[in-house]
Amino acid sequence: MKALPGSFDSRAEAALADPSLQKALANFKPLFVAKRAAAVAELPEFERLRDAAAGIKDAVLCELDVWLERYADKVESLGGKVHFAKDAEAAREIIRDICRKAGARTVCKGKSMVSEEIGLNEVLEEDGYRVVETDLGEYIIQLAKEPPSHIIAPAIHKTREQVADLFAQNHPGRPREDSVAGLVNEARHALRERFFQSDVGITGGNFLIAETGTSVIVTNEGNGDLTQTLSRIHVVTSGIERVIPTLDDLSVFLRLLARSATGQDTECYTTLSTGPRRPGDVDGPEEYHVVLVDNGRSKMLAGRFRDMLRCIRCGACMNHCPVYGAVGGHAYGWVYPGPMGSILTPLFNGLAETYDLPNACTLNGRCQSVCPVRIPLTDLIRTMRNEQVKAGLMPASQRRMMAAWGWVARQPGLYRALERLGSRMMRLRAGRRGALSSLPGAGAWTEGRDLPAPAGPTFIDQWKSRGREQ
Amino acid sequence: MSQAKRPRVGLLATCLMNVFRPNIGFSAVDLLRAAGCEVAVPDSQTCCGQPAYSAGDDELAGRMARQLIEQFEGYDCLVSPSGSCVGTVRKYPQLLAGDAQWAPRAEALAARSFELLSFLVDVRQVDIQARYPGRATYHDSCSGLRQLGVKRQPRELLSKVDGLELTEMEDAEVCCGFGGSFCVKYPKISEKMVDDKLRSIGASGADTLLGGDLGCLMNMAGRLKRIGSKVRVWHTAEVLAGRTDGAAIGEEESR
Amino acid sequence: MSRELVLHEIRRAIAGAAGLRGRSQLPQRPQPPSYGDRRIDRFTERLEAHACSWEAIGGLDELPARVLAWLEQRGLARRMAVAPPLMELPWPEGVHRHAGAAGIDESVAVSLAFAGIAESGSLVMYSGPNSPITHNFVPEFHLVAIRDEDVSDSQEGIWAKVRAHGGMPRALNLIAGPSRTGDVEQTIQLGAHGPRQVHVLLVRAKGVTS
Repeated sequence: MKALPGSFDSRAEAALADPSLQKALANFKPLFVAKRAAAVAELPEFERLRDAAAGIKDAVLCELDVWLERYADKVESLGGKVHFAKDAEAAREIIRDICRKAGARTVCKGKSMVSEEIGLNEVLEEDGYRVVETDLGEYIIQLAKEPPSHIIAPAIHKTREQVADLFAQNHPGRPREDSVAGLVNEARHALRERFFQSDVGITGGNFLIAETGTSVIVTNEGNGDLTQTLSRIHVVTSGIERVIPTLDDLSVFLRLLARSATGQDTECYTTLSTGPRRPGDVDGPEEYHVVLVDNGRSKMLAGRFRDMLRCIRCGACMNHCPVYGAVGGHAYGWVYPGPMGSILTPLFNGLAETYDLPNACTLNGRCQSVCPVRIPLTDLIRTMRNEQVKAGLMPASQRRMMAAWGWVARQPGLYRALERLGSRMMRLRAGRRGALSSLPGAGAWTEGRDLPAPAGPTFIDQWKSRGREQ
Repeated sequence: MSQAKRPRVGLLATCLMNVFRPNIGFSAVDLLRAAGCEVAVPDSQTCCGQPAYSAGDDELAGRMARQLIEQFEGYDCLVSPSGSCVGTVRKYPQLLAGDAQWAPRAEALAARSFELLSFLVDVRQVDIQARYPGRATYHDSCSGLRQLGVKRQPRELLSKVDGLELTEMEDAEVCCGFGGSFCVKYPKISEKMVDDKLRSIGASGADTLLGGDLGCLMNMAGRLKRIGSKVRVWHTAEVLAGRTDGAAIGEEESR
Repeated sequence: MSRELVLHEIRRAIAGAAGLRGRSQLPQRPQPPSYGDRRIDRFTERLEAHACSWEAIGGLDELPARVLAWLEQRGLARRMAVAPPLMELPWPEGVHRHAGAAGIDESVAVSLAFAGIAESGSLVMYSGPNSPITHNFVPEFHLVAIRDEDVSDSQEGIWAKVRAHGGMPRALNLIAGPSRTGDVEQTIQLGAHGPRQVHVLLVRAKGVTS
């Protein structure tokens, strides 16, 4: 997917001024946090599961080549085909080729963040296929011609009224539905025929199991299952980091994923797919392909951001991020928003183009505290800022200010004198009001809030003048 | 650290506290002395380097770290009335990990550095003799809460303050939108976040807001003042030390 | 070849991080839960938590009558997709049933679960000639028979059973309740794309053979 137009600032400002979006965010914010907390409280071993999950991922990443080979060989021994794609373009070409050879007309899609990452829909539509997103959230944003704003709830930024408007425009001949039940039913009817017409069904892959050559998806709607069962060809798109050793390892992740994502103890459907349909089967796809996408992941293995490859795309970090909660996902400009996106997007799309993402963060650490695979997200966001500094990307004005401050801060006498001067000036300006409503050079602060004024001479000055007693 | 020994504490007088709220420093000194500590304020100290560290300028942050280690390693421990400054000192070992000479010194200091309120519960015991008539709500500043585990300690201490009723707000653990330079780099987002926080404060019915990090308190006090709220804002140390006769943070002096 | 190309990049990256390949020790996993005598109670509690209805039956031979009663209560036609092992049960005359894949207008399917999971209240469907996958997802109403001795404490019990049963089928479906979505204003709505209702017929082991 291409980055959204505008800068982070302009998109964030638009988001803050959008009443529908703010209404949707206010509705979503408390819900996911409370549901996760309740689900976690019911599982005493949750913290130990987090340790185990992080440990399994780390162990696999250390020998990722070995596990991928084991996985791929197993898939192929069962009649599936594994494709390795070094980048987004290679992945798109592999899938275009599959569709072309199949003589496909309709391509149904289950939710797949990798397909968003590689910008798949655009090229398939250019090729003339009818591409149908079947996850309700994805379907809504496909109709709205928008990218997802959340990795597990892609249409979280839409209110019910907006969905009703979209459906009314796109489903001619049907009376307008306004209730949630009515809208869900309308989508069910609209998509039912598409599933049965589908030639190629594309899903994501939450986990790939080396032991059995299995890909796993977890969904609530059943759309992923209809997509992959009713299509002649099932294509799984997945990042290379998604492989885990065994079915028993899968259980560790399944216990964490739904609780972290939506606060459910399990999603409605956990589907383990292994190869194409077998002799004697009356349904299921005739072909089974897995497209494993590198697209920059192997580079992350050796570097400071390897921990990020543990990510299982649950969305807990953005659900708990107060900045995401204020501006929503589109402000981040690409497919991965929130804390995980503030690390992944610079790695995928370049540090310079994404300068704001790791900076638009208060380093409050809430994301890190809920990550089911213990990714030190806050530390990594700070590390990303360090990469920006090393790449010379910090704006010159800020760099100069930082250098000047750093120099002064290493001259205690001068630092003291400047603190004394600043204190005196602010006190003079404030008089007895206790706070400043404006201050030259501090406009960004005083734009939205007063600046509490210094309450007397500096502590160290007073401490000294009182002779270190009081 | 046993109660019997009288430890020598170096007080890290944070930049914001030093300039904006000296009363917190004196409150900290009172409380540390009441907890049986000898308190010194190294007067060559400047800053822990947090602004540089947060900005990703590890070079400069490392230089600041070395300076502070030299100033404080002679004391039995470092204490500061700020979770984020102590949190920064606790990051020194990681920051200086590649420096064979300084890494052990960073480790040693980090292990002896404490946020004031948790120090007064987890390391030393203190008898609180204070009165504050009011209904207070407590904001858990992020660095203290998540880096240092400061949560129950301030509440435990505040429960001993005569006349003070603590009423918890919704989302007490959610960031107030300060975030150091974040609030001036992204003022509109910060404003939205602090407004959410103010809504929680308002809904709690509290007349007083307490916390353990001056940056966050100045952010919330500044916004409260701007919208004309009467909620009073104090650093918890001020209340615990009974130094609440004067003006609260951002408040007019006449009071 | 792209496979070798990608693997080469991975190997190069791993080799570039000193000591990485040596750190491949897999951790201990926490013990899966176990419920002892409460296994079936836990299973039915979780079924209800996921909005399944259920009833106990004395044996599979009771299944046709119970299925027809359930349909009649809801005013549904006696027309259904049935799992092959259940086709030869004593169904009365006039019940239209087939064992093929579910079609676009399929309203009801009757299946036999491979296993159940007490931990999560999940039904486990093992695809194959005896258990078409479409039966689980296409119809609006899904009736599933499960023998109580096939209910495991945890997922781990299922994996052992799958390994003993000849390995993974094309599709192993773990189903926890009817299909649902929260994509419109995070309001949970049942019957998104899959079944609107899932009814479980729990076959009690009391000597009735099936």
